[in-house]
Amino acid sequence: MRFGVLQFPGSCDERDALIACDRVADATLIWHEERTLDGIDAVVVPGGFSYGDYLRAGAIARFAPAMEAVAEFARSGGPVLGICNGFQVLCEAGLLTGALLPNNGLRFLCRQVDLEIVSGESVFTRGMEIGECLSVPVKHMTGRYFAPDQTLDELEARGQVVLRYAMGQNPNGSARDIAGIANEAGNVMGLMPHPEHAVDPLTGSADGLRLFKAMAAVAA
Amino acid sequence: MKVRVLIRPKQGILDPQGKAVERALPALGFGDVTHVHVGRLVELEAEDSSRLPELCEKLLANPLIEDYEIHEI
Repeated sequence: MRFGVLQFPGSCDERDALIACDRVADATLIWHEERTLDGIDAVVVPGGFSYGDYLRAGAIARFAPAMEAVAEFARSGGPVLGICNGFQVLCEAGLLTGALLPNNGLRFLCRQVDLEIVSGESVFTRGMEIGECLSVPVKHMTGRYFAPDQTLDELEARGQVVLRYAMGQNPNGSARDIAGIANEAGNVMGLMPHPEHAVDPLTGSADGLRLFKAMAAVAA
Repeated sequence: MKVRVLIRPKQGILDPQGKAVERALPALGFGDVTHVHVGRLVELEAEDSSRLPELCEKLLANPLIEDYEIHEI
């Protein structure tokens, strides 16, 4: 199977995402002006500062031609993973519920965190044990997940909260310690931490690779 | 027509920028200034103002987290 990794002007994590995908399957970069996803079985929307994060993080990237194709791909059930800025883009595009706000502490954060698997129903965590932890870094300024309380209740009830920051490790003030959520169908997920930076023990953890492996298994 | 769009965090949503500004004020002798909120200002020119609310909802503001006001100038 083949991963497609989107690249917007201002993306900066597309290379690491490509390397992560390449470790489990074939992978190719997709420039934001592409209108089709021919031959692509799974999509990664990577981190960075698409279009300079002007206006709001992800606000302009959602109108990129490639995002139209990604929305269509997601509607047809294809797996789509948004990481950090990619999560912000998927929220702005309405493919995921909620929004990302500036961190509580107003600081750019860069640290390793433990992520607890909350739901094994998404295509990204299939086969993982509830309560299991993944060690993955966060690095962001606008990562405080927000949705109204009623929406949060619904997300929890439907198993759409996929990852939480482990107890006491919420870095940004995110609602209910949420680190990653999925859509109702479970084929689109966004998370603020960076699994693509945790694919080799050399950099401290290879736990992030498991999300890419799960995606590849579903899309194969 | 020239238009000014004011965008601010919705009431009840924590606004750390506003809080940070507010916390800095007592040191400057403005301890009596409270309820500081930081938003964005967008100026634009439009021939047809009837579609501006749609523009605000789709791009300039995120209605989930922000309120906006459209003012003719």
